[in-house]
Amino acid sequence: MTETVRKIRVLVAKPGLDGHDRGAKVVARALRDAGMEVVYTGLRQTPEMIASAALQEDVDCIGLSILSGAHNAIVPRVMELLRAAGMNDVLVVVGGIVPSEDAEMLSREGVGAVFPPGSSLEAITAYIRSHVRPAPAAP
Amino acid sequence: MKSPTAPADTPPAANPPRRFTTLSGVPVEALYTAASLPPDFDFDRDVGRPGEPPYVRGIHPTMYRGRLWTMRQFSGFASPEQTNERYRYLLSQGQTGLSVAFDLPTLMGYDSDHAMSEGEVGKCGVAIDSLEDMETLFHGIPLAEITTSMTINSPAAAIWAMFLVAAEKQGADWTRLSGTLQNDILKEYIAQKEFLFPPAPSMRLVVDTIEFGAQQAPRFNPVSISGYHIREAGSTALQELAFTLRDGMEYVEWSLRRGLAVDDFAPRLSFFFNAHSDFFEEIAKYRAARKLWRAVMTARYGAKNPRSAALRFHTQTAGVSLTAQQPYINVARVALQALAAVLGGTQSLHTNSLDEALALPTEAAATIALRTQQIIAHETGVTNTVDPLGGSYFLESMTLDMERGAREYFDRIDALGGMVAAVEKGFPQREIADAAYRYQQALETGEKVMVGVNAFVAEETPLPTLYIDESVRRQQTEKLHALRRRRNTQAAERALDALRRAAAGDTNTMPALLDCVRAYCTLGEITAALRAVFGAYEEAAVM
Repeated sequence: MTETVRKIRVLVAKPGLDGHDRGAKVVARALRDAGMEVVYTGLRQTPEMIASAALQEDVDCIGLSILSGAHNAIVPRVMELLRAAGMNDVLVVVGGIVPSEDAEMLSREGVGAVFPPGSSLEAITAYIRSHVRPAPAAP
Repeated sequence: MKSPTAPADTPPAANPPRRFTTLSGVPVEALYTAASLPPDFDFDRDVGRPGEPPYVRGIHPTMYRGRLWTMRQFSGFASPEQTNERYRYLLSQGQTGLSVAFDLPTLMGYDSDHAMSEGEVGKCGVAIDSLEDMETLFHGIPLAEITTSMTINSPAAAIWAMFLVAAEKQGADWTRLSGTLQNDILKEYIAQKEFLFPPAPSMRLVVDTIEFGAQQAPRFNPVSISGYHIREAGSTALQELAFTLRDGMEYVEWSLRRGLAVDDFAPRLSFFFNAHSDFFEEIAKYRAARKLWRAVMTARYGAKNPRSAALRFHTQTAGVSLTAQQPYINVARVALQALAAVLGGTQSLHTNSLDEALALPTEAAATIALRTQQIIAHETGVTNTVDPLGGSYFLESMTLDMERGAREYFDRIDALGGMVAAVEKGFPQREIADAAYRYQQALETGEKVMVGVNAFVAEETPLPTLYIDESVRRQQTEKLHALRRRRNTQAAERALDALRRAAAGDTNTMPALLDCVRAYCTLGEITAALRAVFGAYEEAAVM
């Protein structure tokens, strides 16, 4: 086999004012170790910065890490900007402290999954692998 | 919605681990005996008696027989009005000190109506925009009669100015005020990442508060040198100990360079550590911290006043150890962690609430957390004698290992040119990120067990949690608009001009900050004035 399969590309982003980046960094490293190409934005990204980075980096998935409770303001705005930029097929997942009623709202906004504290790296990796569209060929 | 998070059917960890290590990954022997200690170990010299150098056994001769630790529950949410109500409730339930949690806009120096504050107002703590909010926060609470701790860092000098003026308006004399400002900017660059300005001007602001405190509010602790956040970011116990003490040494060195005499400010430096789940490792950490601080303060900085070398600390149980899964079991975790803090000789303690992996605590959850401390203090009997674990071969051996490991880190950081230089090179940040990843991998393989997460998983019913809606931002915004209409605009602008001049020069900024506060300048305006002079700091995004 000479044809190389395109690796899954993931943007790990920290929006809002929250500086707690332990989870974002651990997940970013785990996805990279699982063979994905990972771009980590660093802290305090606005929804505009995130959507623009996603477009520029041509990612298949965006992982948003929010522990401050600002998800209701931030995530719908990111989704709106992605739709406006024609990136409807980008999988968006959220990690952080999100009350269950808010998680349902985020799901209606088009978020694929919300990973609360205690989620395993294996579960996050497997979910992204099986839900990015279009599904890349198996390596 | 689909829950991708339920762990796969993990078999409960029925067997003991193959490798015996502490939570931080340090190997532990099957048995400790006198032979585990170094041949030249001398109990009287290396451990000694409580209240006497090297303070391993505690800084007071009678410890909790003389006085219990301060039960200080960190609390703050939504508006100043709502938080004031919670404070009065906690004080009525036997809490003995206040500890203010600010929301993220306040921690980052933004007013509630700033665009960056959207969605964040009142969520992680209380929103404070001006002196008016600070007065509301402490309405009916006599600030001269209780001790107040404030968790604020980059804007700490401005928030302290608001506190001092609020106390003054209550008629309190600053020389009688007791409390603690967190004001530890180094651990922000290292771990929590709530920074505004570059390191040098940030350190200058910290030294301004140390100097001002020494002169005008001598019973107030201007800095709480914090390992808590370093640990929460994923460090080992040893890294928490070493980086925190080295941060403390950095503040001492910058203050000495200002021309302050060590014994004029060092007695008011205080510390803040984490209480994580590995019982003996934590106790060893606190004992080693006291021994190390005494050694560096006397040998390296020539402190003569014994109080300059006696390390006082606050402890908070480990937020990161709490699970969203089966949240009631967090009560057991918190109790054991709190017991370690008490057996380690803490001066004050916050116990986390069982629901804090899900939200800010409800009143019911916060009450259980406070009662946990009261049970340790009044039912367990551990306060009847001083340092009951002193002399344990295991604990003394671990304390020595902690001390040695921390000294190795001090040497590495000194070689990098000190802590500010090490932070700019990303050294502590990298060490912590590596440790965090190693721990997460140990959880994934089941080498380390988190009950309810990767073992003993169970179905559960959801817990009622505190929900903070967006109305707080609206209320705060209305109050800000009214304040800006009501105040003397020219006086506010004159005060901000004077602050910019003070910041650009080399005088202490505290008097100018106090004038801004009295003129009802908002926190956002004060921060913007400082940012115009100091610039903003952005860290390189490193995975």
